[in-house]
Amino acid sequence: MAKVLMKGNEAIAEAAIASGCLYYFGYPITPQTEISEYMAKRMPKVGGLCLQAESEIAAINMVLGASASGTRAMTSSSSPGISLKSEGISYLVGSDLPAVVVNVQRGGPGLGGIQPSQADYYQATKAYGHGDMHLIVLAPSTVQEMASLTGEAFDLADIYRTPVIILADGAIGQMMEPVDFSERRRREIPPKTWATCGHGGGRKHNIVNSLLMNPEDLENSIRDRFERYRKIEAEEVRYEEYMTEDADIVVVAFGIAARVCKSAVAAVRAEGIKAGLLRPITLWPFPSARILELADTAKAFLSVELSMGQMVSDVKLACECRRPVEFYGRTGGVIPAPGDVARKLAEMAREQM
Amino acid sequence: MGEKRITVVAGHYGAGKTNVAVSLALERAARGSVLVDLDTVNPYFRAADSAAELRAAGVRAIIPEFANTNVDIPTLPPEIASVFASGESVVFDVGGDDGAAALGVYRGDIESVGYEMLYVVNKYRPLISDPGDAVALMREIESYSRLRFTGIVNNSNLGAETTRFDVEASLPYAAEVSRLSGLPVVFTSVIGADRAPRSAGSVLVMAGHTKKLF
Repeated sequence: MAKVLMKGNEAIAEAAIASGCLYYFGYPITPQTEISEYMAKRMPKVGGLCLQAESEIAAINMVLGASASGTRAMTSSSSPGISLKSEGISYLVGSDLPAVVVNVQRGGPGLGGIQPSQADYYQATKAYGHGDMHLIVLAPSTVQEMASLTGEAFDLADIYRTPVIILADGAIGQMMEPVDFSERRRREIPPKTWATCGHGGGRKHNIVNSLLMNPEDLENSIRDRFERYRKIEAEEVRYEEYMTEDADIVVVAFGIAARVCKSAVAAVRAEGIKAGLLRPITLWPFPSARILELADTAKAFLSVELSMGQMVSDVKLACECRRPVEFYGRTGGVIPAPGDVARKLAEMAREQM
Repeated sequence: MGEKRITVVAGHYGAGKTNVAVSLALERAARGSVLVDLDTVNPYFRAADSAAELRAAGVRAIIPEFANTNVDIPTLPPEIASVFASGESVVFDVGGDDGAAALGVYRGDIESVGYEMLYVVNKYRPLISDPGDAVALMREIESYSRLRFTGIVNNSNLGAETTRFDVEASLPYAAEVSRLSGLPVVFTSVIGADRAPRSAGSVLVMAGHTKKLF
């Protein structure tokens, strides 16, 4: 398929369909509504189902049901709507069910605003639901990645039997860039022997459930899940680097902030400041090992986020206090300009001299 | 271009209507023009982003009060009513797809003043990349707005990656949309003269008016 011009939200929807997602359950909220709109138009044409649920809570539980039957299912929302889904996300984890949940972040807390934000980082990486749990969290920074990471998310979800979060932001969701849908490598998916999909009396029936009667059984199921988490941490960390080899200051940023920072790094390089950019693509698992390696050569780190500073604490943990870690960000729907980040980098460079 | 006093720019969302509408309003600034941002759908990228540039060029820009704020409620400024009584050249930038319903409010006034209504198409937008689908959406927008299109604008592009060849490859597509709809291709629009196709009839060379974030 030749390149097409799409909004980030549309790219997610089309990539989901291309990945064999046949069930989409949603509820409208700015700035992600194009996902629902696109699904409503396209799903009937591919024999799938797009259903506007009565609420976000209903939608996530419909995903649970569809996933339990062994099909690929997805829901999407924006920050306040995602909070409503958090109980269902925890039930998906407890039931070891794959699913893809998209958060096109907007400003919070509360109803907040409709402009772009990254202030749900803590929620996504630490506490998308109650209980001992992790989720794979992917952070696209281009419209092309909105497509490719959505495909990747469905594969990861099936391989590890876990919900996968696409943590996007309103800017990437709304902006338009060319996308190529022919690029993605597909991974081998294990058969879903656990699915409750009917068997005509041919096998023992499967049960999908997150309630375990004995504490020891629950503990064992959680330990098994954490074995999988260790495997994910060992094998699925992804990041991109830009001019980090000789960088004195390493900027860490994801999503739309990384696009801004890339321009800022290029600008200060022209002034002789050795800056580089590490862009985490997986926010969980976080590229901690690579950050620790970079602490050997870098003199300082700068975390840039569309929030008051959340990922910055993971950068501090990752470099084990060996280097100073500073923060720069705007919040409430404001996007910093490349010049703002460049000024912060120039200030840090002066302090190092 | 633009014999009628009112030009309505409508079409599929993401086809590039706003860039075309802002460019037409700027082109007509010397004659006294008004740009009406009638987009009640799009939260971020919209004509309101160009308000300062339009006003600096002498274009009267009528922008919804809450555009680019956190108020997620569509509003139509009362000032819009003034354009039907003034003698200015008016460009309406309409929201995509069913966003054209907002246009229906002004249907009577638009018809009595006289209008052209341009259907902006982009071959590289997946939901209208088939000419038949593009014309089906055109008819839907006519039923939302209760106005009839009078011409096609071929704004086919791949954003920043667009080449002249991409535009040239879209000409048969635009011709097919024209044949199926029975409406003429009024012009082909491109951002930057280097992308202007050879032998495409009338071409509007535009500046890029999309807000740059990085």
